[in-house]
Amino acid sequence: MTRKQKRLSVIGGALGFLGLAVALTFYALGQKASYFYMPADLAGATLEPGQRIRLGGLVEKGTIVRDQGTEVSFSVTDMEQSVKVAYSGILPDLFREEQGVITEGSFGTDGVFHADSVLAKHDETYMPKEVADGLKAKGVWQEETQ
Amino acid sequence: MVEIGHFALVLAFALSLVQSTIPLVGARSANERMMAVGTPVTLAGFALVGLAFVILTICYVRSDFSVANVWENSHSLKPMLYKITGTWGNHEGSMLLWVLILTFFGSLVAVFGANLPASLRATVLAVQGWIGTAFLLFILSTSNPFARLSPAPIEGRDLNPILQDVGLAIHPPLLYLGYVGFSVCFSFAVAALIDGRIDAAWARWVRPWTLAAWAFLTGGIAMGSYWAYYELGWGGFWFWDPVENASFMPWLAGTALLHSAIVMEKRSALKIWTLLLAILTFSLSLLGTFLVRSGVLTSVHAFATDPSRGVFILCILIIFIGGSLALFAIRSSSLTPGGIFHPISREGALVLNNLFLTTATATVLVGTLYPLVVEALSGEKISVGAPFFDLTFGPLMVPLLLLVPFGPLLAWKRGDALAAAQRLMTAFAGSLLAVMATMLFVDKASVLAALGVGLSVWLILGALTDIALKAGFGSVPAATMLRRLTGLPKSIYGTALAHLGLGLTTLGIVGVMSLETENILAMKPGETTGISGYVLRFDGVVPVRGPNYTESQAKFSLATESGQPLGQIVSSKRFYPVRQMPTTEAGIRTIGASQLYISIGDDTADGGLVVRIWWKPLVTLIWIGTLVMMLGGAVSLFDRRLRIGAPAGSRRRRPAQPEAVAR
Repeated sequence: MTRKQKRLSVIGGALGFLGLAVALTFYALGQKASYFYMPADLAGATLEPGQRIRLGGLVEKGTIVRDQGTEVSFSVTDMEQSVKVAYSGILPDLFREEQGVITEGSFGTDGVFHADSVLAKHDETYMPKEVADGLKAKGVWQEETQ
Repeated sequence: MVEIGHFALVLAFALSLVQSTIPLVGARSANERMMAVGTPVTLAGFALVGLAFVILTICYVRSDFSVANVWENSHSLKPMLYKITGTWGNHEGSMLLWVLILTFFGSLVAVFGANLPASLRATVLAVQGWIGTAFLLFILSTSNPFARLSPAPIEGRDLNPILQDVGLAIHPPLLYLGYVGFSVCFSFAVAALIDGRIDAAWARWVRPWTLAAWAFLTGGIAMGSYWAYYELGWGGFWFWDPVENASFMPWLAGTALLHSAIVMEKRSALKIWTLLLAILTFSLSLLGTFLVRSGVLTSVHAFATDPSRGVFILCILIIFIGGSLALFAIRSSSLTPGGIFHPISREGALVLNNLFLTTATATVLVGTLYPLVVEALSGEKISVGAPFFDLTFGPLMVPLLLLVPFGPLLAWKRGDALAAAQRLMTAFAGSLLAVMATMLFVDKASVLAALGVGLSVWLILGALTDIALKAGFGSVPAATMLRRLTGLPKSIYGTALAHLGLGLTTLGIVGVMSLETENILAMKPGETTGISGYVLRFDGVVPVRGPNYTESQAKFSLATESGQPLGQIVSSKRFYPVRQMPTTEAGIRTIGASQLYISIGDDTADGGLVVRIWWKPLVTLIWIGTLVMMLGGAVSLFDRRLRIGAPAGSRRRRPAQPEAVAR
């Protein structure tokens, strides 16, 4: 092979490679990226049962119910709508009433959101960004006083 | 005294302006006196930033709450270790550490670069000066760590409890040594573009810096991963969190750079590509700094956020990445291309490695930035997590790992794939055996898990095969073999160790991802539960008082199924009153290479405690493997051929290397 042919074959190989990676990436983004919703957004969304989403909002006061075992349920609210969430396991350290939370999972046929992970904020000064932005957009955001 | 620190930073900024210009002008106009300015100015800049850093540390040690930064992030009751490490456990301090390490690397070039051509050294120091100038200006204008409070508060607001851990003493400095270490490669690349000259000697100068930065970054990422694993109480070692990806991208690109620099040094091929990789690697480091420090992402790493900072770092990012790539576009065509090679050869294998690694970097980049771009364009919020990366990053890694053992066995210029395959027959047989053994003897092992174990064993045996072959194992007498083993260049051992470490890490990941068992249950004192052949008894909860927190410790007794006691495991919840913040301290017991991991949750209505127990098979190999990789990097660094940085003297250049053995 001449130098030029070699170079062309290398470039061709690299492009084929990149093409494959790009195809994989787009496929994965279409399938595996999960979308973020606030409870009030759900009315306009068409979700299939089992479709993974992230649901964020505030933990509604007085809705945390623990059973004898590891099951816990609570409602996530954005002050307009609220959604019941069921979760089994250990809640994060900073999970509290009227605090921001993001849950990830899917809706069951019973209309309850079954979360397999629950994220709360990392420290006392920060609210999950998505939740803060969502609450601001709905005009129910209260600036935290420092 | 505090003002001295601030003043030192201002002086360092002024000096870095000098460092950015005078040596460069000297190098362009062949003025030796102007070039010679570079070294003392660089050293003085390092000393001044060091002084500022020491003063800030002293403020923390003394709990001087008149300094706003100390007040926000410290407390007089905090243990001394966390007072010291708290210096960089906040935005301002961590940026100061960043610049300190930058000037440290600049000084290393100044000191150990005595035998570099004077103009190259001057230009490299000037480029380091540009980076230093930008970041010192950033600190002075938006993130001054020495801002004062008047009147001084009596007590501080304490450090985020998650950061009150030994991890803070190790993870950020190691990570920054890696991130910022790549700045040297970047400066060398830009200097080569400015000079319009690049040769094999250039690669020999760049390789040790790449190796050092890569080894530190490996350690930094691994330490961060272990820290998150035991501190957050979720039992995961990697979350594909954007902040983790920010450090992983320069690692992937740096690994590619490490390999392409070999081709350039040995065969003077891939010059332009190596140069581009050096630029890209540091650009990704800068991008990482931007993602983590600007507040576009929320995580433990994003401290108090201020939009002006994000804009400032974004400007630095655009200027440096855009500028260097533009320079590359203009000047790279003037560089002469190097030697040619057959696709099946050592060079070919390394090109393939680069192709895989850079494509993998690109997929991680897309996964990390895509949500930010979508949100900026449409306001829609999406999150890209583990499933995305499993689908894109995973398929790229598997073929790469399969091919790793072939690389070192192929000859330069034109290799023989068949011969290499024959030599790897033993390793292949060993891996098949491992697959079968996993299927037969491990309960619940899926085919995928067995194949994963096989892949890891393939990597490990492949690395050992390389050494065995080069020593002539089995074909020469033992004495000859021993002599050959001691005579092998250290870089051969470095390669083998790094690949072996990769195999160990892979084995750990496969073990924990496919064979992990988990049990969530509510336990009352005295109750027992079984997990993976062990019996765990919940003894009860004891309240404990720490220096700046209160703690409830849940005690568990571990025993084998036959009743033999294995001691106690303590898992606890802490509460830090100053920040009103609870943390989880997982209880971990290492058994062999595996770990039993217990984290506790809330009390149940009837007096029980929610307990989550994981059995994590081989999990420690993930981090042990990275330590072996670091060791490989360190061993390579001491290879005689790379000791170009040492002062010219008797040590330099012993002529005869056993090249026949090294091939």
